[in-house]
Amino acid sequence: MPCSEKIVQWMHDYLDGDIQKEEEQRLRSHIQQCEACREHFYALEKTVAFVENVSHFTPSDDFVKKVMYNLPREKRRVRWKRWFTHHPFLTAASLFFLLSTSSLWAVWQEDNEFSFSKQEHLIVQNHTVIVPEGKVVEGDIVVRNGDIKIEGEVHGNVTVINGHKYLASAGEVTGQIEEVNEVFDWIWYNVKRVGYNIAKTLTK
Amino acid sequence: MDMFIKQRIKAIKKGDQSAFADIVEMYKDKIYQLCYRMLGNRHEAEDAAQEAFIRAYVNIHTYDPTMKFSSWLYRIATNLSIDRMRKKKPDVYLDAEVSGTDGLTMYSQLADEGASPEDALESLELQQMVQEAILKLPEKYRTVIVLKYIDELSLQEISDILNLPIGTVKTRIHRGREALRKHLGHL
Repeated sequence: MPCSEKIVQWMHDYLDGDIQKEEEQRLRSHIQQCEACREHFYALEKTVAFVENVSHFTPSDDFVKKVMYNLPREKRRVRWKRWFTHHPFLTAASLFFLLSTSSLWAVWQEDNEFSFSKQEHLIVQNHTVIVPEGKVVEGDIVVRNGDIKIEGEVHGNVTVINGHKYLASAGEVTGQIEEVNEVFDWIWYNVKRVGYNIAKTLTK
Repeated sequence: MDMFIKQRIKAIKKGDQSAFADIVEMYKDKIYQLCYRMLGNRHEAEDAAQEAFIRAYVNIHTYDPTMKFSSWLYRIATNLSIDRMRKKKPDVYLDAEVSGTDGLTMYSQLADEGASPEDALESLELQQMVQEAILKLPEKYRTVIVLKYIDELSLQEISDILNLPIGTVKTRIHRGREALRKHLGHL
């Protein structure tokens, strides 16, 4: 048994690295003289060394994954934001796509006036273009925001934007008949037109 | 380092989970070590450490930035381990898992300084005795001893983690050391 509580207290202060110089010297000289205290002190030092140097273990390799898997789901907004910062090219591409479609969409919305291609023999009644029976229209017809009724013949293409076509049994169209009523059709129609115009200028 | 953690915490508070993965990566070994020495069982330690991180994530808004982040994390893990210790039946301690051999090879790679206690620890038997001695400590002594000697924290940090005055922490460490000495001092 050590000599006194005070000596033991000093031993612990020493092990905590929290001892006054003077006390440390007194502890040292006491330990040199007193075998019981020396043994007690060495036993403490040894204990600390044992505990300090006990093997360290590491958690499983997929520890992080398991923790992340068990977290509550994160906010959508953050996921999107991270995705955008990680994929700058796709972000730019989708932004471009968004802007171009929205401008076409705006044109689609604004352009509500009834109009049609001027061709011979055409009769107009209440936003309806009529190709009369027994008449032949030479060339393409485009009708915007109105309908077309074909009772005669059209030698060319017929396109109806935002409207309907009515083809009578006697009516005939030699080219293609197309109705464009949805905004996507409208966009597609524009894309095709641009492509067709490019092809036309190239062949010229 | 501190800047890095602050940034991560900001991102986590905004809901960015990937930022939390960095935090887990950084502290997983320390937190696991703490849980393992408190609970004495690798499986349970893994489970407790994971729960500690999940709690930290869920409660990140209660984190007070004037406190060291690691201390806050240690506090969560410590409280959780103590809870689990209390729920366990004491007889579980008897067949608590024996320290495996995985850590030993790593340990033996450390500097060789002759026949020191460190070298003696290479024996599996001794590893087991140290672990048992730690597990025999009452909860309040075990906590401070593990924080001080396994996680190598300063008295000030331990006092912050446990929200106890430094004097109390010291007293507990002293008593804990004396209790350990009875089991290990004669070796």
